[in-house]
Order: sequence, then structure tokens, then C-alpha cells
Amino acid sequence: MTLSVDDVKRVANLARIEISEEESKQMLIQLSGIFSLIEQMQAVDTSHIEPMSHAQDMIQRLREDVVIESDQHVLFQSIAPQVEAGLYLVPKVIE
Amino acid sequence: MQWEIVIGLEVHAQLSTRSKIFSGASTAYGAQPNTQACGIDIALPGVLPVLNYSAVERAIKFGLAVGATINSPSVFARKNYFYPDLPKGYQISQFELPVVQGGSIRIQVENAEKTIRLTRAHLEEDAGKSLHEDFHGMSGIDLNRAGTPLLEIVSEPDMRSSAEAAAYAKALHTLVRWIGICDGNMQEGSFRCDANVSVRPRGTEKLGTRCEIKNLNSFRFLEKAIDFEARRQIEILEDGGSIRQETRLYDANRDETRTMRSKEEAHDYRYFPDPDLLPLSISKEWIEQVKAMLPELPEARRNRYIEDFGLSSYDASVLTATREIADYFENTVKQLSAQAKLCANWIMGEVSGRLNKENIEITHCPVSPAQLAALLARISDGTISGKSAKDVFDSMWQGEQGGDADAIITAKGLKQISDDNEIEKLIDEVLAAHPQQVADYRSGKEKAFNSLVGQVMKATKGKANPAQVNTILKQKLLK
Repeated sequence: MTLSVDDVKRVANLARIEISEEESKQMLIQLSGIFSLIEQMQAVDTSHIEPMSHAQDMIQRLREDVVIESDQHVLFQSIAPQVEAGLYLVPKVIE
Repeated sequence: MQWEIVIGLEVHAQLSTRSKIFSGASTAYGAQPNTQACGIDIALPGVLPVLNYSAVERAIKFGLAVGATINSPSVFARKNYFYPDLPKGYQISQFELPVVQGGSIRIQVENAEKTIRLTRAHLEEDAGKSLHEDFHGMSGIDLNRAGTPLLEIVSEPDMRSSAEAAAYAKALHTLVRWIGICDGNMQEGSFRCDANVSVRPRGTEKLGTRCEIKNLNSFRFLEKAIDFEARRQIEILEDGGSIRQETRLYDANRDETRTMRSKEEAHDYRYFPDPDLLPLSISKEWIEQVKAMLPELPEARRNRYIEDFGLSSYDASVLTATREIADYFENTVKQLSAQAKLCANWIMGEVSGRLNKENIEITHCPVSPAQLAALLARISDGTISGKSAKDVFDSMWQGEQGGDADAIITAKGLKQISDDNEIEKLIDEVLAAHPQQVADYRSGKEKAFNSLVGQVMKATKGKANPAQVNTILKQKLLK
């Protein structure tokens, strides 16, 4: 699979990462390197191996359904740039 | 050209757990902003999600109720997008291997039954709320809702009309409340519908380009939005245009849908398994345990009411709209089993009407099923007329005589006169007092008969059985 500079820019935009023209060219080289690594790995026959969704072969532990957290919003909001009436304020967002 | 509408629904049901899906913060509705958003919910660095047992259990319950496969392992994935009410920059959801796969729901539309297949139902966390009222040109963010457990229930595109879509949404709404996994409160957003709508020439197989209509928070809006959207698409196609795949919002005030965002700029969510959560394993024992907890389901009860009590399909549906109504009906009919139809009529009529009017839940009905059954028994044995039963019911509602029907009937003197001799005596008196009407009737004036019935009823102060009066009066006049 070959990547283009446009692919790099699109992914950067989706991840909200600002990169310059120069950086995207650099990134293209690095990402293409990763893709060629993946291609090499695809030479390994994995047909008899069950896919894993996690690197560790363990199962999820579950929590009992009880409320254990208390209200700490004043503490949490002490580092927020702007708050009002208990709300975090952010630049206006309307789709 | 004849068009066919194709609809699939995505429903977000908020699971009625006490705490959030991945944290120990409360899910109670209506708290002050951000007082129920803990470090995990607001995504402070270094926190880890831990899955809520009860959220998983509710998902399993749903899966079993719709005859689906419960996947084990089931996997959580990150759905990546940026929005201020999503603190982590991703929503923990499921992509491959959702907890619930497949299953189906039966619906009734215009006396026909239909099966709607489910694609899947997966667990995910809700986002926070953005408030766009003016905060000096800024938006306010309340993260109380962030991390609330949701079950997203996705149907196959099996519905062909807005009526079918509404019937399906209602059946689902009944079911989630029935099995106790969601309170179904649509005003508070506990049950939200999105509809995928497309149209195609009738008789063709290929699906048309679809539009998704977001956040339909009532069944009526769901129907209206689908009707509008289908008309819009048909008009475009008939004018030679083509449909653009997009997300649209329904505006109830203007009864129309409009573009929210088009798919060209649509989010590429880049799903991948969440490394913070290990695969979820659901044992056979757990599934069996949940199965044992399931109550008799609405469809089974509905069919039982039709078979055992001879109720119509419509009556059986109304009485199984919620588990509480069904229980009330069943507790009433238990004491008056030969009169199921009478019980059904009263519960759907007088009882429901009064509850609606006074905005009371049936679980808080002032007249208990046993008290209602005692009243209805007096109608069926002819002690009182249906009309005076309504007066008795009213007194019972007010709590007179401790809600005892017999005591009220006696106190008010509402007992019907059903003794033939007594009625005959009264009729003789009336006939003697109104010779003109008797002569009129005998000379062929039918109207005179009604006037005589009226006189008799007046003489009995309305306590005679009208059918009995009719019969006896007719016999007497024929002599």
C-alpha cells in the first residue's frame, strides 16, 4: 500500500494535528516505513492463529454497580480556563 | 412510479444502572452541572475505565429477550472524534463483537404481524451535554451525562412505512421497560431514536441512498419525520435528481428535516480495540442466571390473553403496553375470570382515563385490582347497571367506604330492581296513569313505547334493568 501526502494531511486533520508542508513530507517517509514493516509481517502465515483484540491474554474484570465518587467539580474546574454556573466554557460550537 | 420506503432504526436506550458504565459516578438525572462527573468521566490523565457489571447484565437481558446471540468474548473499541462534550477525544463503544448480535422483534400494524430483525445491540458510553445559550458567545459544557451507559440497538432495514417504524420503536420501548433495563423516559433522553430512510422503486431489490434523521424524541415526531423525509426523497428522484447521503435533523416546529452534515465531510471514526479494556467474557452460567431472571415477555402475555381470555388482538396489545398495566389486569381478572372482557374494558376505559386525567401511574391507582373486581362482579350479577357502576367507581376513587363497592352500593341505594313482580307492579301503575300513550302505541305509534319506558325508569328512579323493563312492557302492551 502506498501513501500520498494527501493521506497524511487527512489523517493529521482527523487527529487535529497541525503539520507543515515540510513535516507532512517527512511524515510520509516515516509512515511508509511502517507500512513496509507491516507488509513484511504479512508474509507470516497466521491462518491457524485466532485473532486477539488485546495484547494480553486476560479477561475484563467487572465493577459492582455502586456510586463511590463524590462531587469534586470545584477542584476539577480550578484548572479550567473558563467556567460559569458550574459549566465549562468553550468556544461556541454549533454544527 | 410506485415507491417503496425502506427504514432502519437505531435506538439509544439509557441503561438504568446506579453508576456509570466505566466509573463509580452517579447517573441520577437532573443534578447540578458537573457534580456527577468524576475524574474518569472528564478524562483526567492516568485514569482507567472499569466496566460496570450491571450494564453488561442489562445488555445480556435484552439479548435474551429478543432471541439474539450473546457474544463472548465481546470487545470494546474507541470511536474517535473531537467534540467539546467528549472529553477523551473518543467514545468507548463496540465495533466488532458487540455484546448482542441478531435477534428480532414482532410488531403489529393494522392487524398484521411482522418480524423486524435486529442487526446488533452494543454497549457504549454517552457524551456530555453542550448548552448553546449565550455564555458571552461561548458554549457551556455539562459532563454529568458523560459515561452514562447506553445500549445502542440497531435494526435491519426491515420497515416499509412510518407506521411500522413507530410500531417497532414502541415495541422496543415496551420491552426495555418490561425487562427493567431502561426507564424509557423520552423527555429526559433515556430512549432516543435515529431513523435511516431511503426509497426505491417498488419491486426492486437494490437499496436507495439513505439519509439518517437524528434525535427523534417522540413516536409522533418519528412518524412525521419519516413521512417528510420519504416525500422529500421521492420528489428529488422524480425530478431527475439524486439523493446525497447525509445526516439530517428533524425540526418539529416546522415539520421538516434539514441537513446537519453531509457524509463527504463525515467523520472517519478510525475504530480500534480499546487497549484500556480487556475482552469481556460472558460465561454460560451467567447467561443462564440472567435467563432465569427474565419475566414472561410482553408477546407471550399478549398471546396468552388472546388464547386464555378470548380478548381481541387490540385489547391484548393495550393491556400489555406496560408490565404494570398487565399486572393490574391480571390481578383483577384473577378474581373474576369469567369476565375478562369486562375487566379489560374497564381497565382500558374508566381506569386508564381517570389515571391519565389525574396523571397517576397505575401502580398508584387508588382503586386496587381486588376492589375493581368486586365492583365488576356486581355488574355481571345484575346488582347494578353499568351506568351506576361508574358512580360507584367514582366513590371508590375518592376512597368512600374504604373503597368497598358493596358498601357504596348499599349506602347510595343503587341496587337495581330486578324482581319481575316489583317491576310488573310499577309498569301496571304507569300504564294506568298514561292511557293516551298506551292507545297511541297500540294504534302503531312506536315512539309512544319509548316514552312509556322513560316513565317506568323514572318511577324506579333509574334502578330497574332497562332490558328487563323493555321485555315486560312489550308483553303487557301486547295483551
